[in-house]
Amino acid sequence: MNSNVGIDSMIPVHAHIRKIVWETEDTFTLLLEPDNGGSGFHFFPGQFNMLYAFGVGESAISISSDPSKNDNIAHTIHRVGTVTSVFSQLEKGDVIGLRGPFGNGWPVEKAKGKDVCIVTGGIGLAPLRPVLYSIFNNRREYGKIFLLYGARSPLDLLYRVELEKWGKMKDVTVQVIVDRCDTSWKGHIGVVTKLFSYIKLNTANTIAMICGPEIMMKFTIQELSQRGVPLEQIYISMERNMKCGIGLCGHCQCGPKFVCKDGPVFALPQISHFLEKKEI
Amino acid sequence: MEKRDLSEILRHHPFVNDLSEHHLHILISCVSNVRFTEGGYIFHEGEDATKFYLIREGKVALEIQSGEKGAIRVQTIGEGEVLGWSWIVSPYKWHYDACVIDDVRAFAFDGKCLRTKCEADHDFGYEMIKRFSQVLEQNLKAARYQVMDVYGR
Ligand SMILES: Cc1cc2nc3c(=O)[nH]c(=O)nc-3n(C[C@H](O)[C@H](O)[C@H](O)COP(=O)(O)OP(=O)(O)OC[C@H]3O[C@@H](n4cnc5c(N)ncnc54)[C@H](O)[C@@H]3O)c2cc1C
Ligand code: FES
Repeated sequence: MNSNVGIDSMIPVHAHIRKIVWETEDTFTLLLEPDNGGSGFHFFPGQFNMLYAFGVGESAISISSDPSKNDNIAHTIHRVGTVTSVFSQLEKGDVIGLRGPFGNGWPVEKAKGKDVCIVTGGIGLAPLRPVLYSIFNNRREYGKIFLLYGARSPLDLLYRVELEKWGKMKDVTVQVIVDRCDTSWKGHIGVVTKLFSYIKLNTANTIAMICGPEIMMKFTIQELSQRGVPLEQIYISMERNMKCGIGLCGHCQCGPKFVCKDGPVFALPQISHFLEKKEI
Repeated sequence: MEKRDLSEILRHHPFVNDLSEHHLHILISCVSNVRFTEGGYIFHEGEDATKFYLIREGKVALEIQSGEKGAIRVQTIGEGEVLGWSWIVSPYKWHYDACVIDDVRAFAFDGKCLRTKCEADHDFGYEMIKRFSQVLEQNLKAARYQVMDVYGR
């Protein structure tokens, strides 16, 4: 896997902000071009970079662009605290630090020949968007695609134009649900797991990929396993606070696993004991 | 519609597809076929809960009127799902408004008729309680999850 683990990976390169797209009121996508023009930058869907706001701090942010393109590397960022707030104030042309890509990635190779069910909530769609791009770039190698996506409200939905486009593609089912809304929303309202009632999974031949808040992932796993998807075919992305990003500092440790190096994507049997536990 | 046809169609609905033949017949004795068009309301908060519905097609949004903010939609109920549990819980009043957001085709079951059957045949009553407890449990789980605001800011 394309994980940088040498000492160089502790030193950020400069990355120029080429474009900023505000996805929602508090979530935006930075399109970055590293100093070397991005030509040497390759990543797998699910990998992340450590983005550095100079003099403030670093955050682990997943890469949300198409892995077949290495210009304008996208990072979709939810503004939650110190570092992400600084990122939200940057402008086109500003420079930040970038280390990466780190981590493993989603099982896009293993999923070939199978149906793929992606279940995601909130900012969790960002690390899964490259999976969808990869699948669409190699469409014939995959079966049916299901995207089940939950958000707080219609205004909090990411990538709205793409969601609509994907939903019109052959053998792709996009189902969106929100927690709350006013009367202008005609879509589903409720918990993301409710969307399973509206799709038919060929459970034996489905690879499931889940990313979102841990409580959402827990409910989703219960639902998938009740429906008969074997646990080893369920993959989740774990989020833990990160520092080094390369398995040195122990900040992201989850039992015997380092989320930054062994993850962030795990097959469920590898990690199920540690779901909903803080750093241990 | 013939009773036999009805029971076949009903069998497609997940809420009753594993119900015994005998209990299905009791249910059928209280059923009617209904349709509602988009924009209409099936019931309003505070009204007597005289029915429950098995949705065959379409979508309904449950709304709470919140004064200045207007109506807030808290849940949608669609194909294969159950609309309404208040028919089985005293004082049998609706707690929400049910707005049709996609034309609905459904089976409506008369609550009073069913309550009488439940009293007369406790096995049937227990079957209903088991099934509606699941509906309530799912609603409770969903409400907790929404209160937790898991995708929060
Ligand atoms: C592998 C990985 C990939 C990620 N990908 C993305 C992404 O694509 N987009 C994105 O917006 N965020 C992503 N995150 C989360 C992101 O790293 C944090 O939200 C960010 O570091 C917060 O920094 P801050 O200084 O703004 O917040 P802080 O000031 O440090 O904290 C503010 C609040 O955010 C919470 N917080 C801080 N760090 C995390 C964290 N890692 N996970 C959950 N809550 C946290 C704190 O508990 C606190 O409540 C990812 C995290 C990991 C581990
Ligand atoms: S972040 Fe340092 S070991 Fe994972």
